[in-house]
Amino acid sequence: MQGQQSSTRDIVYIALFAGLTAALSLFPPITIPAIGVPISAQSLGPMLAGSILGARRGGLALLLFVGLVAVGLPLLSGGRGGLGVFFGPSGGYIIGWVVAAYVIGLLHEWGWRRLNVVSSFIYCVIGAIIVLYAIGITWTSFVVDLSLLKTAMASSLFVIGDVIKAGVAAAIAVSVKRSYPIIQKTAVA
Amino acid sequence: MTRPRDPFASTLIHRLPAGLKLGVLAVAGTGVLYLDDWRLIALAMVVTLALYRFAGLSMRQAYLQLKPMQWILALLFVAQGFMLSWGMAAAIVLRVAALVLLAMLVTLTTRTDALIAAVERALGPLRRFGVNPAKVGLAFSLALRFIPVIGAQAQEIRDAQRARGLGANPIALALPLVLRTLRMASDVADAIEARSPYDDDELPPRFVEKAKSTQSRTTCKDNKAPLETSST
Repeated sequence: MQGQQSSTRDIVYIALFAGLTAALSLFPPITIPAIGVPISAQSLGPMLAGSILGARRGGLALLLFVGLVAVGLPLLSGGRGGLGVFFGPSGGYIIGWVVAAYVIGLLHEWGWRRLNVVSSFIYCVIGAIIVLYAIGITWTSFVVDLSLLKTAMASSLFVIGDVIKAGVAAAIAVSVKRSYPIIQKTAVA
Repeated sequence: MTRPRDPFASTLIHRLPAGLKLGVLAVAGTGVLYLDDWRLIALAMVVTLALYRFAGLSMRQAYLQLKPMQWILALLFVAQGFMLSWGMAAAIVLRVAALVLLAMLVTLTTRTDALIAAVERALGPLRRFGVNPAKVGLAFSLALRFIPVIGAQAQEIRDAQRARGLGANPIALALPLVLRTLRMASDVADAIEARSPYDDDELPPRFVEKAKSTQSRTTCKDNKAPLETSST
């Protein structure tokens, strides 16, 4: 690998994880009885892309996914898609996925040798909750003219679901590391 | 797909170049964000709806674009109406609705491949930062091909796990999907490399010609240069 260039194999990984994120929208959302907020499997996409492919390829996979949504494919959960979703209240989360995947990838590359379910979970929480919500909440509050605090309070309903998903992603990332380690080949050099 | 099967060359709006439409959307979208009077935003909304008619789309189709977010918008209107003022609430909701409608108009009246081509062209100037538009195009078309394949596999895994009583276990659903996806990756990469006329880090022919004419330093890679000359 020469740093900035992507090999054919990298492009295939990027395209596959963009496709995987799209396929995750097909899983029916699970509703947590206590709070009644439906949780879609789709935000597993950035967590898996980052934790399995690493920062660069993971971020690019989500960027490609966002590009596919932007050109009008109905790939978001509930069959949403098109340029309109970016101007809607949750547009920041969709763009934020790119950053979240990149951050999760960076953290996984950094802690790759000693990666276990707990550390992977923590990395996913940092990327897909702390970083992602910071972007998403700022965007929502800007689009709907609501104060940051109130937006944050409304958004906090979704945190439980994302914590669960971070746990799922961590379990998957660690078992994939055992059978198909991908980050190692390029990051540890 | 979501769009009706109408011929894409039917109206003037359909025929406008994709890049131009994206540019207008960016300018208009930014402009609407600076409007504060709800009457002006309502006017922008009326203009957008007129454009829908002009593009031969029904008002029902316009409504369908907003349907997924209608309850959020309604809730927002009521909440902001009580907290701020009804004029402000109308301005905020109308602004989101107008922006979404305008963006969806571009999506509805432009072919996906035309938009991808516009993206590829727009990336041209980024080439000096290491972005290769041809590779971006390859990634787009690969992903378009993979989505139905991975979708079918997701369906298959769901059925299989339901039969085992694991239908609600997210790890049992997602882990096999990820592993199958990764297994597919090496096959596809091998197939592309075996069939493509250009090597990993090389540019496709149309870009190589440009690079050669400007006497760039691409031939400095020591053990690749003789291979290249012998093969051509």
